[in-house]
Amino acid sequence: MTSATSRSETNAGPTAPASSSQSGARPKPAPPAGTPVRVTGAQSLVRSLEAVGVEVVFGIPGGTILPAYDPLLDSTKVRHVLVRHEQGAGHAATGYAQATGKVGVCMATSGPGATNLVTPLADANMDSVPVVAITGQQTRALIGTDAFQEADICGITMPITKHNFLVTDPVDIPRVIAEAFHLASTGRPGPVLVDIPKDVLQEATSFSWPPELHLPGYRPTLRPHGKQVREAARLITQARRPVLYVGGGVLKAQASEQLRELAELTGIPVVTTLMARGAFPDSHRQHLGMPGMHGSVAAVAAMQRADLLVALGARFDDRVTGQLSSFAPDAAVVHADIDPAEISKNRKADVPIVGDCAEIIGELIAAVKAETERDGKADLTPWWTQVDSWRETFPAGYEWPADGTLSPQYVIERIGEIVGPDAIYAAGVGQHQMWAAQFIKYENPRTWINSGGLGTMGFAVPAAMGAQFGAPGKQVWAIDGDGCFQMTNQELATCAIEGAPIKVAVINNGNLGMVRQWQNLFYAERYSNTDLGTHKHRIPDFTLLAEALGCAGLRCETKEEVDDVIRRAMEINDRPVVIDFVVGKDAQVWPMVAAGTGNDEIMAARGIRPLFDDDEVSQ
Amino acid sequence: MSNHTLSVLVENVPGVLARVSGLFSRRGFNIESLAVGPTENPEVSRMTIVVAVEELPLEQVTKQLNKLVNVIKIVELDPASSVQRELLLVKVRADATVRSQVLETVQLFRAKVVDVSPEALTIEATGTSDKIGALLRMLEPYGVRELVQSGMVAVGRGARSITATSTR
Repeated sequence: MTSATSRSETNAGPTAPASSSQSGARPKPAPPAGTPVRVTGAQSLVRSLEAVGVEVVFGIPGGTILPAYDPLLDSTKVRHVLVRHEQGAGHAATGYAQATGKVGVCMATSGPGATNLVTPLADANMDSVPVVAITGQQTRALIGTDAFQEADICGITMPITKHNFLVTDPVDIPRVIAEAFHLASTGRPGPVLVDIPKDVLQEATSFSWPPELHLPGYRPTLRPHGKQVREAARLITQARRPVLYVGGGVLKAQASEQLRELAELTGIPVVTTLMARGAFPDSHRQHLGMPGMHGSVAAVAAMQRADLLVALGARFDDRVTGQLSSFAPDAAVVHADIDPAEISKNRKADVPIVGDCAEIIGELIAAVKAETERDGKADLTPWWTQVDSWRETFPAGYEWPADGTLSPQYVIERIGEIVGPDAIYAAGVGQHQMWAAQFIKYENPRTWINSGGLGTMGFAVPAAMGAQFGAPGKQVWAIDGDGCFQMTNQELATCAIEGAPIKVAVINNGNLGMVRQWQNLFYAERYSNTDLGTHKHRIPDFTLLAEALGCAGLRCETKEEVDDVIRRAMEINDRPVVIDFVVGKDAQVWPMVAAGTGNDEIMAARGIRPLFDDDEVSQ
Repeated sequence: MSNHTLSVLVENVPGVLARVSGLFSRRGFNIESLAVGPTENPEVSRMTIVVAVEELPLEQVTKQLNKLVNVIKIVELDPASSVQRELLLVKVRADATVRSQVLETVQLFRAKVVDVSPEALTIEATGTSDKIGALLRMLEPYGVRELVQSGMVAVGRGARSITATSTR
């Protein structure tokens, strides 16, 4: 067995995140493509990762994955980022993928290393994020014997991955890695896990590239059906109260440009879901904001009163539709998605279109033009009058806490205004996430990263770290809650040491805020186990914790300090920054559609129900 | 709810049965019967799955199954244009006093006796669910000591093969 190329370079230094550029000539030219070379399974794995273009791997070594870490040390193409917890590796891979559009990669050992990846894999699966996880496994002879650090990770992750592989022969490694990346990144993207027994990594084998993919059951449909597109175009031009319901699929398909063209061509109001924030500029006149449980009144009302919903890469999630039976009762539905199983899963589609959103929107533009030339199009002026009246009557807003404490919405709004739309924002889950979706203005795709489907608390810090490695030139802000932050803040040590100078705004209300809000609204203000004590006892002291983790720690408790502390954070770029924004605990997320109720029950604020007895639009 | 018979061609790889059965349980679809075995192609196995669902959920079942990477093709087999069979092995109490009556029932159903002992007969029968059910009703009065039944397997009538066409 020989190592075909010997590499002497070490990984990029701590101040150069994601620097994958090679300096110096490679000692030996690579053999021509397709020529098999003798290697170990581990070398084959690392060469395969290099061949598919992996730049960064987030992971932690351990017993069974050790063989893979040895050749990884010599790789000049693949940088490994040593995280503090495998969950951090998984979310970092997701953040990287969301920021770049490339496949995020994480690596862990067998048993607990692998099971710690379960949450991020489930998260990536729900949000259709291309992630490849590579796990070590006990040696083949020990599988099934309850050996040390053995876990059936393929069995465990079967329901939460797009697909997974157990490699039993080292010669399969290049093919499986190529298939894993192909599956993760094409069709509806998703996480793929590759489990490799230790002895498979150690065994001598041959490596050749490119391998032949063998996926006879995998043929995603990319091109839409022409007849369906024409039918959709006919509905689009005839509808009097249409809405473009834009989901995360538009971002995955990199179809923001096409979307804008379609929106401007048709003049139809646009709503962007939590997963699609940034797919359409917030500053655009036709943008009504986010729909759903905490959506804007205009977005929710427009969908409820629509006669046509054009769903593009969206999946009619319960957080968008509310009670399904009363959702958009008068609307015909055009549903475009790359995953046929999403179409008519929750809401029956009148015109189903399966395909890649970029292709679909492109063809819709042409079909709408043709349709308009032939038959003209409906006048949307009355509809816009109605929509604008909702927008003017119920703009996004908030009230200052009566007790004089700092308003969390104000803090988040100011971050958005001062840091601007070129930064990347990652959020945890809860009130701060909703406020970050509502009050930061997104203008560009891939600038908003959050855990939408699974709702994973603790997502923000590791996801921001991953995003920073994917976009080293950008400012990356994690908008986090004090509850979330205490779940995964150990990755700040990784950020400090590996050179990811992220900014973390801890919106510290001392409580599990969203749960507290529900207790306030639905459990008679009985606050069972939501007070974290972060206010009362200042445990932990987030500024001291930040310093201990190698970050700058700042604190802000008054409105007057907000702008200044944000600017100070922006100036610190040699290490991560944590700002402890001590805010009031009683602020609530509004508007709100209570879980299980219909969207007509939307409350713009406490006690204000905009759509009550509304009969202004009837045609 | 009505029964639908799905013929599912899958890659013959480890774990594929777990993927299919796991999908049914986590999406809340009920399997009435499932049979799996090799096909004329050693790389492909064929599952025959009977599900009790309405038309719309059936569409979801099919679409979700199709998303499994190891699933190659799914065809719904209409009972009118396919041959559907189950296999039954049943051990019936049959001493000398009733043995001839049991044997008569076996003959009527064109079933076979595959094992004999002084107290019992073991009977093999193949057929549709209806036929198997009818046979069992006839045998029950004698005393069924043990019973084992396969899932249904089915194949479309006529010369066409579901493996021959490329679309699914």
